[in-house]
Amino acid sequence: MTTAAGTPSDRSVLPVTERYTVLGWLRRNLFSDLFNSLLTIVAIGFVIFIARLLLRWAFVNAEWGVIPANFNLIMRGQYPSAEAWRLWLIIHLLGAVVGMMWRLISGQFSGAARVLVAIPFVLMLIPFFAMETRLNLLITAAASGVGYLFAGSLYIQRRGRATAYLLLVYLVVMLILLRGAGADEGLMPPVQPILWGGLLLSLLLAFFGITLSFPLGVLLALGRQSKLPAIRVISVVYIEFIRGVPLISLLFMGQVMLQLFLPDGFPLVDRVLRALVAITLFSAAYTAENVRGGLQSISRGQYEAAQALGLSTFQSTIHIILPQALRAVIPVLVGQFISLFKDTTLVALVGIFDLLGIARTIIANPDWLGTQPEVFAFIAVLFWIFSYSMSYASRRIEQRLGVGER
Amino acid sequence: MQEIHASQVRPPFYRDERVLGIFSQLLVVVIVVGLGLFFYSNMITGLREKHNVAISFSFLSQAAGFDIGESLIEYSRERTYLRAFVVGLLNTFQVAFLGIIFATALGIVIGVMRLSTNFLVSRIASIYIDIFRNIPLLVLLIFWAQAVFLKLPRVAEAIILPGPIFLSNRGVAIPWGIPTDSWGAFLLVLAAGVLLGAVISYFLREQGKRTGRMPLITLWFLVTVAAVGLVGWIVLPQPMTLDQPFLEGFNTQGGKILSQQFMALLSGLIIYTAAFIAEVVRAGIQSVSKGQREAATSLGLNPAQTLRLIIFPQALRVIIPPLTSQYLNLTKNSSLAIAIGYPDLFAVAGNTILNQTGREIEMFTMIMGTYLSLSLLTSFLMNIYNRRIRLVER
Repeated sequence: MTTAAGTPSDRSVLPVTERYTVLGWLRRNLFSDLFNSLLTIVAIGFVIFIARLLLRWAFVNAEWGVIPANFNLIMRGQYPSAEAWRLWLIIHLLGAVVGMMWRLISGQFSGAARVLVAIPFVLMLIPFFAMETRLNLLITAAASGVGYLFAGSLYIQRRGRATAYLLLVYLVVMLILLRGAGADEGLMPPVQPILWGGLLLSLLLAFFGITLSFPLGVLLALGRQSKLPAIRVISVVYIEFIRGVPLISLLFMGQVMLQLFLPDGFPLVDRVLRALVAITLFSAAYTAENVRGGLQSISRGQYEAAQALGLSTFQSTIHIILPQALRAVIPVLVGQFISLFKDTTLVALVGIFDLLGIARTIIANPDWLGTQPEVFAFIAVLFWIFSYSMSYASRRIEQRLGVGER
Repeated sequence: MQEIHASQVRPPFYRDERVLGIFSQLLVVVIVVGLGLFFYSNMITGLREKHNVAISFSFLSQAAGFDIGESLIEYSRERTYLRAFVVGLLNTFQVAFLGIIFATALGIVIGVMRLSTNFLVSRIASIYIDIFRNIPLLVLLIFWAQAVFLKLPRVAEAIILPGPIFLSNRGVAIPWGIPTDSWGAFLLVLAAGVLLGAVISYFLREQGKRTGRMPLITLWFLVTVAAVGLVGWIVLPQPMTLDQPFLEGFNTQGGKILSQQFMALLSGLIIYTAAFIAEVVRAGIQSVSKGQREAATSLGLNPAQTLRLIIFPQALRVIIPPLTSQYLNLTKNSSLAIAIGYPDLFAVAGNTILNQTGREIEMFTMIMGTYLSLSLLTSFLMNIYNRRIRLVER
């Protein structure tokens, strides 16, 4: 993780006059000797070539009209426009929950919080947004502020538990809002999952994939490390089987064969749900292997000490072993979650309209023929933003928990 | 007052760890086996009642009746389903093999660039890594196929690179060698060269053991093989002729034509996997502590020797296991070929054959069995290798 100049310790201290000058920096980092100078010149040429290519395409050749024209489709798929207020409500509530959680966990308004607050305001600058969209973004920002202040006014002793309850309540509310309830003419008519699409569906698949596969993965990891042979064998067979086959074969199998395994007369499982099952089962095996790495890094002494204190196997696993094991593998787990998020694109191949699936329908539309570069570049950037911020956040958490320093 | 000694009390059976252990195992086994049987019986009855078929692999010997865009072995629509399956398998192998070679080369270059002391060079490498590790492979592949290779000019206006290599929306035409009659004889000469090289290596090793100064065995081996090969090439009447592509009307003739789908899949896989391999290489090189280099220098080894004898062997120990898993990932990821129309194993078997025959159980068994045996074989070889290079501790 060190930068090109190496760790601070191997940089010898320079005279004061040379330390902070631009020329001095240039000489040290770009032109230290002949070979380095040549390398720099070649690299500059390469950067200029690529930058010109990209800039010329992005600002001269590309026709970006396709993005604003299909923006709603890209964001929420076929989700009915009349029900879009439900999605906005979910986002506002998310803002409030994030504000409250921030106050409960960190308690201070520091760097990352400013970035989070800035997001709605930056989005408001996007030129083609309707006034209504901007207003909604403003409400989200306000909601997060209210949440932050509200949590500050509470006297809460068990912050961790409060946050957990908060999240749980939010999840239930979110699902009810998304799915709808009551009659078709009611306040919130049901919206079938097959209509959910675009970025909305990609994020939902990733979120539920992560939250469902994580506990299963931890159980499998514990099973693989278990002293009981039957449980160990079952875990190993499951993990190795899943890790040995490509995700796409599981997804196809879920679509084609899941119904075959279920008894006659069992209601048809929703297409999106079938994909979610496949993603969860797939990801759990990888999570299990990552958690196993953490379990193996814990010294025998910890197990023995827990036993000596009279803790049962269950208690020592929950209170002693797992917290340490999980903390040790946070970076790897986040990496795994990022790849799960990226893997959700595969559902586009089984007829589900996630971000990629929607992109494929847009370029198939005769009105937008030949816009493949623009559409795919746009969704690639969207994916990139989400996964890069996840990896950035994981690096910050890692620093905070002091992984690798204990 | 009666005193009870702690060791005399047996815990009640519901708190006895041994009883609990056996009981929980029984419970899990019963649940897993029960679920399995439940699914299996549902499947069998469903198949019998609804479709009136039983599981059987006999359809594999029937005529396939569909064409496959590209094939390494001779294939036509009259051949059997089994033959079509093998064609798909070989196409997967082809992409995986070439992908692994090129991704490794590119990955090493970028990983080393990432560690360069030149600020600009290391920045370029880290931007490359950050970009391609955070974009879904499928998006990259489809982008590559539909926004790059499909947008190349028509054949008549093909981009011509030195070689000559023709880039057009039909694919890439490259020069290719065509074996002549003496090709078989040349292969024999080459085999003799390998044999001679092995003998020389053996004697060099024995000499090294005797004198304590190990010569560069691999280098001598390669030199021997190359020298014998060169002699064979000169003596034999031209074992291979070069076939160069050229434009003729609306098409290219001669050479070898790599299809647009194949090129898109291959280059997407290479670009994506190289970013991961670069990180593996960087971590491996950084894992060798500075003290090792300093110690080697103080023993009087020159920089090249330090690299060859001290840094590489230790870095490799860290690099090889994650590198293998990247190779496996690349192989499994090649199944995304279905999205861009390249007939790999999954596209042929999981899509075309399955749709034609409706044999879900049989096809998925074959596909998963193939991928599974590939990865189990690789991890088996990996374990052997790991055991060989493991640090020997007291």
